[in-house]
Amino acid sequence: MLEIKQMNSGYGPMQVLWNLDLMVNPNEVQIVLGANGAGKSTLLKVIVGLLPLWSGSLLMDGDDIAHLSVTARVKRGVGYMSEKGIFPELTVEENLRLGGLSKKRGEIQDQIDNVYQRFPELKERRGSVAGGLSGGQRKLVGVGRSLISQPKVLLMDEPSSGLSPRYVSEVIDRLAELRGHMTLVIAEQNISFLKIADTVSVIEGGRTRFEGSVTDFTNDDNLKTAFFGIE
Amino acid sequence: MPKTAEIKTLQNTGSKTKTLISPAIATLVPVIGFALAIHVYSNELLLTYMAIYVALAQGVNIMYGFTGYLPFGYFGFFGVGAYVSGLAMLNYNLPPVVAVIVGGLGGALVGAILSPLFRLRGAYFAIGTLAASEAIYTIVANPSLQSITNGPYGLNLANYYSSGMAYGSAIALVAISIIAVSYVRGSRFGLTLKAIRDDPYSASMAGVNVPRQRFYAWLISAAIAGMAGSIFGWATSVFYPQAVFDSSLSVLAIVFALFGGVGSVWGPTIGAVLLYSVYNAIGISNPEYFQLIYGLVIVLLVLFAPRGLLGFWNFFAQKIRRKRVTND
Repeated sequence: MLEIKQMNSGYGPMQVLWNLDLMVNPNEVQIVLGANGAGKSTLLKVIVGLLPLWSGSLLMDGDDIAHLSVTARVKRGVGYMSEKGIFPELTVEENLRLGGLSKKRGEIQDQIDNVYQRFPELKERRGSVAGGLSGGQRKLVGVGRSLISQPKVLLMDEPSSGLSPRYVSEVIDRLAELRGHMTLVIAEQNISFLKIADTVSVIEGGRTRFEGSVTDFTNDDNLKTAFFGIE
Repeated sequence: MPKTAEIKTLQNTGSKTKTLISPAIATLVPVIGFALAIHVYSNELLLTYMAIYVALAQGVNIMYGFTGYLPFGYFGFFGVGAYVSGLAMLNYNLPPVVAVIVGGLGGALVGAILSPLFRLRGAYFAIGTLAASEAIYTIVANPSLQSITNGPYGLNLANYYSSGMAYGSAIALVAISIIAVSYVRGSRFGLTLKAIRDDPYSASMAGVNVPRQRFYAWLISAAIAGMAGSIFGWATSVFYPQAVFDSSLSVLAIVFALFGGVGSVWGPTIGAVLLYSVYNAIGISNPEYFQLIYGLVIVLLVLFAPRGLLGFWNFFAQKIRRKRVTND
């Protein structure tokens, strides 16, 4: 699905990613773990096209997508949910509509109906301003908006950001429903997300330190202690 | 047809009808109001100016209400419109109505030239547009350009004077500006503008072409100001550069739009009609207290209705609705 080799990138003159490798298989949930500043968000931004790829390769389904614009990548099937996730001043419905800018009107309505079917609580609040929703519901709006474009792979930047533990577990439960239906790449520092993951990548200082299954990760005591202080 | 599909079709037809009826009412009410007003109040020039301010407030609404960029130098497009249309009449003998359209295009062209100002944000953008408009004024009023712009002596359009036609054009511009705002509000284009207003960075991440959409809004807004300036020049017939490049034009248009409520179709119209009436009433009855009373109105607005009259109205309407739901 996604294949990244020797990726180098950063902001302006500042290099953040150093020869980073990542492999994501179809319908797999991969958690990209790392501390603050490790380069997780930068990685997702390069994949979606918000930051340039300096060198290395970025393949989706075997095709090079590094030269494509953000819109072209979205059309190609890359979905992205930023850390903020929503437009707080817009209504739930307007937020969802923004996810389907590249689609025809009729198609968008069908997709919005699908999102309401998946997340009925959003349908009840469709006319409400998204900024007035609970933390968990806001994240669902963000997820819903990303789903409107029917992505093949959905990149999520810290879905637990700014949420209390109660809402984090709510978001995890809802994301678990997507498992097996689409490819998810979730950049996180909250290890609770491991329970919905198939594979894990650990990034440190912009470099891949670990890539493997959740079982391999949880069995590696040295890795857990070194990166997350888990005994 | 299955029942659910039937209901869906009915709902869609209903919402489509509503989408068409609301803008039609918002356009027709002020247009008919202005058309009838002349039979009640005979000061045609004042009514023309009021209609011009309604259009200007709607122009500010497109730019500030939907994208969040405050065009403090909005008067620059107004002045350019007045001059471009005036010179088109004088030099090329264009019919005034055609010259008004040319003035709108002139405003849009200057808007395109000034579009690099979008590199600035917030107060810097507001000040940047103000400085740019002052620069245009300085160029137009420069005595060394007298052969082209007539320098500080302004333009004399007395040969083209037709108060009735100018008033009719001002009413048409009111309709055009409200239709433009209605389109922006109900369209995908408007949705992208609102996303930009909320957070330009997130909007670009959602696939919105931020510079392009903002540029289009800017052009529409500048074209409306250009046409407003053209009609102002035509209705006034003799004007000097300082009259059409006057920063208080921007201030009034912004205050009118904010007073009614930006981001809505009705707000700027209501704001401009009400406040411009108050503005003139105070100016005639108590000119010595004019600045004091008008300033007080603005302070009260900022303190008690920061979202404008419509925001105030929506707040109470929601409260009443909640109360009814609780009682039920």
